[in-house]
Amino acid sequence: MTDKVKVATVSLAGCFGCHMSLLDIDERIVQLAGRVEFIRSPLTDIKRCTDCDIGLIEGGVCNSENVHTLREFRKHCRILVAVGACAINGGLPNYRNYVPLEECLGESYLDGIGVENPHIPNDPELPLLLDKVYPVHEVVKIDYFLPGCPPAADVFWKFLTDSLEGRDPSLPYELIHYD
Amino acid sequence: MTKTITIDGKTIPFEEGQTIMEAAAAAGVYIPHLCHHPEYAPHGSCKLCSVTVNGRSCTACTFPALEGQEILNDTKELNDSRRRITQMLFVEGNHLCPGCEKSGNCQLQAVGYYLNMLDNHFLHFFQPRELDASHPDVLVDRNRCIFCTLCVRASHRDGKDVFAISGRGINKRLIFNSESGLLKDTDLDVNDQAAHICPTGAILIKRTGFTVPIGERLFDDKTIAETSLDYERGDHDG
Ligand code: SF4
Ligand code: SF4
Ligand code: FES
Repeated sequence: MTDKVKVATVSLAGCFGCHMSLLDIDERIVQLAGRVEFIRSPLTDIKRCTDCDIGLIEGGVCNSENVHTLREFRKHCRILVAVGACAINGGLPNYRNYVPLEECLGESYLDGIGVENPHIPNDPELPLLLDKVYPVHEVVKIDYFLPGCPPAADVFWKFLTDSLEGRDPSLPYELIHYD
Repeated sequence: MTKTITIDGKTIPFEEGQTIMEAAAAAGVYIPHLCHHPEYAPHGSCKLCSVTVNGRSCTACTFPALEGQEILNDTKELNDSRRRITQMLFVEGNHLCPGCEKSGNCQLQAVGYYLNMLDNHFLHFFQPRELDASHPDVLVDRNRCIFCTLCVRASHRDGKDVFAISGRGINKRLIFNSESGLLKDTDLDVNDQAAHICPTGAILIKRTGFTVPIGERLFDDKTIAETSLDYERGDHDG
């Protein structure tokens, strides 16, 4: 057993930019590693989320698997944090929200330039696409939001150090960006 | 004797005929606003400038300053409702800031920053809205229109009446005064005030988008409270 604070992270419909930005805290990660244990995260190889203190969610919700993962996170995380523009409003994947799903699939798999063997992938292993890309707060309750595309490393640092030291997390003006 | 009002306990002089917003601005007191612009007649539509005057809620941009008014402006309650209003504007339009040229120079965004708005809170409308890129020098992306009518008011002053808002509720949209309905067939010229007044990225001047890089833009290090008057007087195209 460990008394370290347990942190889980996941990328739904995101590009891993937010995770990269977290790693941009550079050598401060050593300090963080002393206080935090990363459980389910792309930084580890643990597939399922167990009970933890803080869950960081990157990316919006674009398919049935995202919904499942997000709900699982909600169940297991004491504090659930939406990280980055995609989690907060769908971000760039949200650009597909203005095109009917059928047209999106048609353009990608049937009519697009250079498409060979046109067919819409239908393997049962593939998660079903949702009609739109949804922000995470529209699916589960979220406790805190870190805006930005991606949020700067200092945003993660401020949030995590505030939380670890038992302060209410807050972002100063210069760390609030929507881009 | 000069007439005075108080805003958050601070005594502020005003001249007969001034609105609360005008008296506040002259005294360097920032009242958050989006549809107000010092050069144009007030419109009172965004409600962001709502203040409490002697216990009643009023929009500072339309309400006259009167002797002895006690006004509350920078309070937690008012800023909380302003944040909710701003969040409503974000979910009603399609504000994808990371892909928007105006980011960093945008008044809507700056108000969000000022109000410590970290998320959009409400369910998103995801209402598709048309973009018009037909004009050689000006692009209009209706996804970012907040219906402040500043372009309408400015274009009226330009003597051209290029812009109007048509319809109501969710069907309300920005329209252009031309037979085809396209921007290219209107009288709009890139030098018109109307082309430069938009507080969001709905009206953009083509080929100017990234002259100042993201991160070095107006609101990247200054708050809108510090810059609001300069912003409104200056050319703020992003
Ligand atoms: S207009 Fe402003 S708030 Fe809207 S997308 Fe552009 S930068 Fe963001
Ligand atoms: S286009 Fe811009 S200036 Fe015109 S009404 Fe919309 S937000 Fe206001
Ligand atoms: S600024 Fe007063 S209502 Fe918009």
